[in-house]
Amino acid sequence: MSSLSSGFIIIGTFGSLLAFFLILYLNRSTRNPGRTTGHNYDGIEEYDNPLPAWWFWGFIITIVFGIGYLLYYPGLGNFAGFGGWSQVGALEASQDAADERYSPQFAQYLGVPVDELMHDVTAMRMGRRLFATNCAVCHGAAGTGSDGFPNLTDAEWHWGGSAEQIKTTIMQGRQAMMPAWEPALQDQGVTEVAEYVEQLAGREVDATLADAGQERYTMFCAACHGPDGSGQPMMGAPGLNNERWLYGNSRLRIEDIIRHGRNGQMPAFAERLGEEKVHILAAYVRSLSSQ
Amino acid sequence: MIEHPTYNYKVVHQFALMTVVWGIVGMLVGVLIAAQLAWPALNFDTAWLSFGRLRPLHTNAVIFAFGGCALMSTSLFIVQRTCHARLISDKLAAFVFWGWQLVIVLAAITLPMGLTTSKEYAELEWPIDVLIAVVWVAYAVLFFGTVARRRDKHIYVANWFFGAFIIAVAILHIINSLAVPATLTKSYSVYSGTVDAMVQWWYGHNAVGFFLTAGFLGIMYYFVPKQAERPVYSYRLSVVHFWALIAIYVWAGPHHLHFTSLPDWTQSLGMAMSLVLLAPSWGGMINGIMTLSGAWDKLRTDPILKFLVVSLSFYGMSTFEGPMMSIKSVNALSHYTDWTIGHVHSGALGWVAMISIGAVYHLIPLMYGRKAGEMYSVKLIDLHFWLSTIGTVLYIVSMWVNGLMQGLMWRAVNSDGTLTYSFIESVEASYAGYVVRFIGGGIFFAGMLVMAWNIWKTREQALAAGISPDSESAPAREALA
Repeated sequence: MSSLSSGFIIIGTFGSLLAFFLILYLNRSTRNPGRTTGHNYDGIEEYDNPLPAWWFWGFIITIVFGIGYLLYYPGLGNFAGFGGWSQVGALEASQDAADERYSPQFAQYLGVPVDELMHDVTAMRMGRRLFATNCAVCHGAAGTGSDGFPNLTDAEWHWGGSAEQIKTTIMQGRQAMMPAWEPALQDQGVTEVAEYVEQLAGREVDATLADAGQERYTMFCAACHGPDGSGQPMMGAPGLNNERWLYGNSRLRIEDIIRHGRNGQMPAFAERLGEEKVHILAAYVRSLSSQ
Repeated sequence: MIEHPTYNYKVVHQFALMTVVWGIVGMLVGVLIAAQLAWPALNFDTAWLSFGRLRPLHTNAVIFAFGGCALMSTSLFIVQRTCHARLISDKLAAFVFWGWQLVIVLAAITLPMGLTTSKEYAELEWPIDVLIAVVWVAYAVLFFGTVARRRDKHIYVANWFFGAFIIAVAILHIINSLAVPATLTKSYSVYSGTVDAMVQWWYGHNAVGFFLTAGFLGIMYYFVPKQAERPVYSYRLSVVHFWALIAIYVWAGPHHLHFTSLPDWTQSLGMAMSLVLLAPSWGGMINGIMTLSGAWDKLRTDPILKFLVVSLSFYGMSTFEGPMMSIKSVNALSHYTDWTIGHVHSGALGWVAMISIGAVYHLIPLMYGRKAGEMYSVKLIDLHFWLSTIGTVLYIVSMWVNGLMQGLMWRAVNSDGTLTYSFIESVEASYAGYVVRFIGGGIFFAGMLVMAWNIWKTREQALAAGISPDSESAPAREALA
């Protein structure tokens, strides 16, 4: 802020507070307390009573407090205040204090392998709280997921279920990308592929349509979802040979996904949580599906 | 409706009736969305019934339709009676009435359609904003033109408050709504980022300050001394608190943006001025309540006066609560919780609605050639008073409990520094409060239906007594009163 703006704020603030004080002080008493002013508006008269003393002094106290507050805290343009307080400074100080106090509790588990840590009752209690705060909003309080957000309690791992893979998923996030196939497949093709996908999941289907769909599947889909529909963790491509659906199980939804594609996104937590907490979280998530 | 020989009562009467109609509509939507927070299935999976679209409809309907009609009805009534002058133009008065109703209807159509600027309390898209500005300027011309016609040199304090309210709302509305239109139903604000937020809350806070406070203090300064039949306690206090109130309110907006990217100095300045605002706000309450000195016994028999006095109590309470909530350490607990909703409604139901209701009960009988406050049934006014009071108390208390609980749950940490509760757990814990709030709101809403019935019967009685627009007897009767 330029010193001109800063000066404008300071003068405006003190000028206003001074004006309020003067208005109050100069109007404190009246000439004829208890009598009316002589005005009459539609039958309404007004007493010439003075300002109530407690109200007057209450007003003065808030003005004095306001001046004191603005001298101590940053409130007058560029003047930082005598207290040296700032919002960012206060935030960083409390974060540093929290880090110092709590990080040893998390760091002690960093050396314990995930597969071992998932059996540690204390660590898993911490993991559950971390999960509730950071993960439950998408994956659900119990980790059972919801439409578009993977269920973490089943055997399906889109990006791999090993300790290292889960940790990487949480640390770096994941970006799945299924292209839209409508331009390549056309309406008939979408119907056929959907029929075949349902067959992969083990449903009763029209054999002719499914056969035609298999041909197209091999050409367009197998590269990611695998020739047998078992999925591909490298790409985050879900397995299709089961009844665990990420985006809904109806025929309508399946066709819609083939038509328009999907871009599932899991955010990265490395910066927000740090490796110590992610390590515990990875163990907790791992424990969810093995229960 | 009686044609008054001197004053234009037609527009006063029209706005008074629409105050009740829009009150019922706006509060019904409020009760529905309150129910949705307890039972989300009540949005019936229908986009235009969803909370996000109906909530702005509720706030716009109660503030600008219900509150706006109450302000226009009373201000146009008071300005004529205290200036002893008829409105400068009947045609302009009709334009203001029909223009304002058009704004409301357009809001009721566009908001459920999802057309919104997403600025709180300023959601309406630019063509409606332009219409509001035009109608508002017409209203200003009508009001100030009538003040200029006054017979007395002095201007009564109620008219200062209405004057400040009309000028400030025009400035606030125009500056905050500045936008670049993209299509007929879509525009982009000329402000961006933190500046946009600050302009928005400068507007938002002063919509409270000038629309919901200064305007309604204008109502208070006429109807309280009139209904109590006592002189105003202190002329001097009314002058001092008027200038202090309008000068300090405009500084307080930043307290809506504590602990955000708003610069530190703006936050501190907003908080300090919010505390200085306490005394000027209370000046109106003191002046109103002290006016009753020597007339306290009237509270036993006059439910209209009860409405007016209890509204002043709620006004005092919420204008004390406001500065407290603007203190940064209190705000850190209260912000984003239901406490804010409770605070708003102690002002909206307790102050704004109750003083408007009292004022309408006072003036409606005058429109039918009766004495002020001579409604069909005094018992029904009393019933309405108790429904309003109980409804408001249930509403505020449930939101206080919810708000404090949410604030404390969100900041609770375990011994390892992790949060004790997830957000959804605080939502679950709020269920009981949401149910109580729904009941409180429902009770308040029921009171509005009682009011509508009472007005309907008063009108019927007047018509049955042969009081028609041509009757000469009615104004004469009023003159006797």
